[in-house]
Amino acid sequence: MTVRVISPGLATSVQDLGRPGYYHIGIPEGGGMDRLATRIANLLVGNEPGAALLEATFMGPELEFTQAATVAVTGGELPPKVNGEEKPSWESFEVKAGDRLSFGYLKGGARAYIAISGGIDVPVVLGSRTTYVLGALGGFQGRVLKAGDELPIGEGMGKAGKSLPAEYRRPAQAPAELRMLPGLYWHRVTEAAGKRFFEETWKVAPEADRIGYRFKGGTPLDFVPREPPFGAGSDPSNIVDACYPYGSVQVPSGTEPIVLHRDAVSGGGYMMVGVVISADMDQIAQLQPHTPARFVEVTLDQALAARADSNAAQRRAEDYLVG
Amino acid sequence: MSIRFNFGGDEHIFGEVSEDMSLASFFTGLSMTNAVRQAGIKGVTEICPANASFQVRFNPDLIKPQDLLMELQAMEQAAAKSDPVLDTRIIELPVYFQDPWTHETLLRFRERHQDPSSTDLEYSARINGYATVEDFIAAYAGQPWFVSMVGFVSGLPFLYQMVERARQIQAPKYLRPRTDTPKLTVGHGGCFAAIYSVRGAGGYQMYGVTPAPIYDPQRKVRYLTDEMCLFKPGDIVKFKAISRDDYDATLEAIEANTWQPVVRDAKFSLDNFNKDIAGTNAKLMELLK
Repeated sequence: MTVRVISPGLATSVQDLGRPGYYHIGIPEGGGMDRLATRIANLLVGNEPGAALLEATFMGPELEFTQAATVAVTGGELPPKVNGEEKPSWESFEVKAGDRLSFGYLKGGARAYIAISGGIDVPVVLGSRTTYVLGALGGFQGRVLKAGDELPIGEGMGKAGKSLPAEYRRPAQAPAELRMLPGLYWHRVTEAAGKRFFEETWKVAPEADRIGYRFKGGTPLDFVPREPPFGAGSDPSNIVDACYPYGSVQVPSGTEPIVLHRDAVSGGGYMMVGVVISADMDQIAQLQPHTPARFVEVTLDQALAARADSNAAQRRAEDYLVG
Repeated sequence: MSIRFNFGGDEHIFGEVSEDMSLASFFTGLSMTNAVRQAGIKGVTEICPANASFQVRFNPDLIKPQDLLMELQAMEQAAAKSDPVLDTRIIELPVYFQDPWTHETLLRFRERHQDPSSTDLEYSARINGYATVEDFIAAYAGQPWFVSMVGFVSGLPFLYQMVERARQIQAPKYLRPRTDTPKLTVGHGGCFAAIYSVRGAGGYQMYGVTPAPIYDPQRKVRYLTDEMCLFKPGDIVKFKAISRDDYDATLEAIEANTWQPVVRDAKFSLDNFNKDIAGTNAKLMELLK
C-alpha cells in the first residue's frame, strides 16, 4: 500500500534509528532526532522499534491512506486528526482506506514522530532507511517530502488504543538543561569565560535543524592567547580541521555555540569546547527557537549515570508496551 | 610527540596528535585508527581519522570509557614507531579554474570576504606572493596534494599540499561562512584545499570547479559504483587545469557515463618524501603520463 502526501509540512523526512559506521567518510548517523519518541511510536503500532517512520518538524504533513493502517504520533505536541477529528498522541489509532491524517498547530516541543504499521518501506541504503538530506541519501529519494509523493508502506497491522501513559515519557524542562562534559579544546577558553558560559541562560536561535542547534544571547567567549598552529587559520576559534563528536559544542569566533545533532557535519575547523551528553540529545530535538536553555557542567561519571538512568527509563517504557 | 586524549562526552574519545598540521601527525593518526580497526574492540562503532587527530566512537554500555582509553594509549607507541609507508594511488582530477559559477557565487557573498574588491583567486594569489592569478593556479595545479581527511559532508576531501611548508599556500576562511557553494567547487581554507562534494554552506576561498563527481549516492557514475565516495585518507591527488572547452567535453562524457579519472597505484614513503620532495613528486606525477 502507499500513503499519498497531500501537503508535506515544513521539513518532514523518513527516519529510523540511523546508519552508524560511515562517519569516517562524512556520512552522519542520522535517525530520529528524538530516539525515544521514534522507538515508542513504532512500538505503539506493532512495528520493530527501528522501523522507518516520519519525523515532522514544527508543522505536520497531510497524508491520505489507500488502505487501512494503524498510526501513532509521539514526540512534540502536534495534535493528529483523522478526517478533521482530533486523535490522541502517544496512542495508536486506526485509519481506513481514503482517510486523511492531518495535524493541528504545534503546542509544545518541536518534532513529532508518525509511525504507520508496517513501517515506511523505502529502500535500505547503507543499512538504514534514514534520510540524509545534505547528501541526498536514503529515505524517500534522499530528500524531505513533497506534495504528491507516494510513500510505500510495509505489511503489518497493529492494534488501536495502545498508549504510553505520561509518567513513562520524558518531561519537558524550562529552561532546558543540557548537561555537557567540558573538554576537547575547553582549555583554550579563559577561566572567567568558561564560568560565565555555564552561568548564563542562552536561547535557541532560529538556525536549529537536524545538523545542529545554534544558541544565542550569552556573552562571547574569551580565548587564552596563542600563536595560531600551522594550518589552523587565524581566528582564535580555529583548529586544524578535526572530527566533530555528536553533541559537540563548537563556538565559531567565540560568539554563538552550536550543538551538533544526528545529521552532524563530521568535522571542521572550529574548536569544540565540550560535548552534550548522550542522555540529553533527545531533549534538544524538542527545543523550539527562542526556548531558554542552560549548559550544565558534568563529569564523565555523571554523564554515565545519566545515561544509565535514560536507558532504564527507555526500558520501563518499552516493557510497559511489549512486556 | 604524545597524543592528547580527551573524552568527547560519554560516547567519543578524541585524540589530538598535534595542534599543527603535518604529514607526520597525519600518519600517526592513520596508524592509530588502523590499529583500532584491526583490534576489533567490542563496543567501538566509528573510527575516524582526521588531519592531525582522530576520533573513536563507542557504546559505553558495552565498553567502559576508561578501559577503551587504556587500550588506545597502549597502541600509541606502536603507532608512533610504525613505518610511514602507504600503498596508495594517485588520482588526476581536472579542474576548471576561474569558472563562471564560483565567480557568480563569490560576487553574491562579497561583503563576507576579507577583500571585497578582489576575487578569491586575486586575493589568494596576492597574499601568497604570486604576481598573477595564472602563476597562482600553476602552483596550485603543479604539485600533488595529499588527502589527509574525508568529512564535513559526505565524501569531501581535505587536501594537504605536498611542498615545503614555506611554499604551502595558505588562505583564511571567509569572515562569515557563505550559505551557498556550487557543487564540486575546489576551495581553500587554512593550509587545506577541499572539494565540495555537494552544494551547500562553506567558508573556503573558491578557485574553480571539477566536472568529475566525487560522491554519488545513487552509485551510477561508473567509477563510484562500489564506493559512493571517490576519496579516502592517504590518496594523492594531482589537479589538472582545464579550459572551458575541456570542461564541457568532460561533462558530456560524464553524462554519457563514459569518463573516468586517471588513477594509478602508487607507493608513498614519508621518509623518502621528506628527503626529496621534488624528486618524490616528480616520480608520482610520472605515473599519470
